[in-house]
Amino acid sequence: MSNLAIDVSDVVKSFPAGDTRTFALKGATLDARFGELMMIVGPSGCGKTTLLSVICGTLQCEEGTLTIFDRDLRKMKDSQITRFRCENVGFIFQQFNLIPTLTAVENASIPLVLNGHSQKESLRRAGEVMAEVGLGDKLHSYPSQLSGGQLQRVAISRALVHEPRLIICDEPTASLDAAAGQKTLDLLKSSALQPDRCVIVVTHDNRIYHFADRIAEMEDGRVIGIYEDPKDYHHA
Amino acid sequence: MLGIALKMLFRDRAKYAMLVCGLAFCSLLMCQQCSVFCGIMMWTTSTVRNIGAPVWIVDAKVEQANEVIPMRQIEVERVRSVHGVAWAVPLYIGIEQARLEDGSFQNVQLTGLDTGTLTGRPMEMQAGRIEDLRLPNAVVVDQVAVEKFLHKGIAIKLGTIFEINDQEARVVGICHVARSFLGQPYIYTTFDRAMEYAKPTRKQLSYVLAGPVPGVLDAELAARISKLPGLRAVTKDDLFWLTAWWYIKNTGIPISFGTVVLLGIIVGIAIAGQTFYLFVHDNLRYLAALKAMGARMHTLAAMVLLQAFSVGFIGYGIGVGLASWFGNAVLARETPPFFMPWQVPAFVAGVLIFICGFSAVIGLVKVARLEPAVVFR
Repeated sequence: MSNLAIDVSDVVKSFPAGDTRTFALKGATLDARFGELMMIVGPSGCGKTTLLSVICGTLQCEEGTLTIFDRDLRKMKDSQITRFRCENVGFIFQQFNLIPTLTAVENASIPLVLNGHSQKESLRRAGEVMAEVGLGDKLHSYPSQLSGGQLQRVAISRALVHEPRLIICDEPTASLDAAAGQKTLDLLKSSALQPDRCVIVVTHDNRIYHFADRIAEMEDGRVIGIYEDPKDYHHA
Repeated sequence: MLGIALKMLFRDRAKYAMLVCGLAFCSLLMCQQCSVFCGIMMWTTSTVRNIGAPVWIVDAKVEQANEVIPMRQIEVERVRSVHGVAWAVPLYIGIEQARLEDGSFQNVQLTGLDTGTLTGRPMEMQAGRIEDLRLPNAVVVDQVAVEKFLHKGIAIKLGTIFEINDQEARVVGICHVARSFLGQPYIYTTFDRAMEYAKPTRKQLSYVLAGPVPGVLDAELAARISKLPGLRAVTKDDLFWLTAWWYIKNTGIPISFGTVVLLGIIVGIAIAGQTFYLFVHDNLRYLAALKAMGARMHTLAAMVLLQAFSVGFIGYGIGVGLASWFGNAVLARETPPFFMPWQVPAFVAGVLIFICGFSAVIGLVKVARLEPAVVFR
């Protein structure tokens, strides 16, 4: 097995805009390694989220190659991609997307239920993961009863509960204050990052750049630079 | 995921309550109105059901049981002459006027049974004996007569005397029979005495009742008798349906009830469809998140269908339950009419399945069009 978890090369993705098409990705190339927290940064509209969507298989690209864990996503059927995502990808969304009518532990258990585990077993395992992220006393709280930081920790629990190999984070600190954002990244790095796992974070919050192992800078649908040391990006 | 779908539904209390209330109201409206309609149809056929003879012979022009075209009494003999007839007896039915001891009047449905056999006698006697009809001036009254006379201040009991067309009638029994469509009391007497009570006319025979010999079917016998000129013979079941359909085709009853049932369906579709659409719409972001996390379309479809049909099932149960409760309450008083055959709840279930299916499809279209990538926007 190669050390590359993700290998994206010359990916093109466009969207219809009236009679023409708008190109969100114009040949983006990126790789991410196992055991690495890779941040994708850049100005709004540069294609960060589109690239993230293509990597996790929620969007299909038109050109280029896309290899995740040595599997060519472009050659997989929709149902295979859905199955692949279910088993291998954990999601942390900007708006958390926790179902408001489910308790924290029920929300965190969803990926396990989707993977065919029993509800009882899923709740037990989700409770353990929530305890690991410091929310052992909030298992039965509803999202409306939790703070922003706590919500993000529930979201992290949900992303980790089924032990996926790829964690996708879309602006994980956008809805949090500075302190909560730092704690979230601390937690993400300590809990999520494993030698056999890769974490991709899309952000433009420069206060968390130092958590990255590498930073990919995007502009106008392309990756224009990859920085081995986050400090280099700061100084660039 | 189905457990999660139910939690999402039940814990969204406002929408859940609105969905259940809307569907329960829709079910109640349809079930109650259809049952009252069926009850009215039963009232229209009360004579057929009370008398219960297997074959009814009427004038060839008669279209339904409550329409009497008098025949000559010789028709009884003509019917008896048909091959396969085991017995044939006359029956008189007519609206007469009863005068009570305080001088007030009450229209009654006088039923004259064959004096010898008392064929068509009431099934349930609450007081007295039906055989006492053979005593002089004897009549048996039904429970409606007791109610109506009591309403006029006269408590009917055995021995009570009143007049029918200025002739004495003495109560020798009280029976319980199905109510008539027009709500007039049934007064039973013998055919011969009914001829005395009734105003004299050239033809006085209302019906001939007949039964087949063993081995001959009712329908077969009816077909044979119908070959007699000027007569029409129908089985009890056929007369029941002829009468019911006559009222359906020739009165505004089905239109008025049908309108209410249609309103129930529209209200159900409007409330349930709209509320369920809102429910799905409000959860669209979370369904998209589930889709992104790897939920397949058929899993999401099963969730939406389960949610729609769960509220449908609960609403149906409450609605039909309330209609049954209403029915039980009014059955004790026997008015308004109420009869709920199994076809009524089955029809309501069918409509509810359509409403829930329609609501679910609206939601499913939204879910099917959902791009999982929307969660990143």
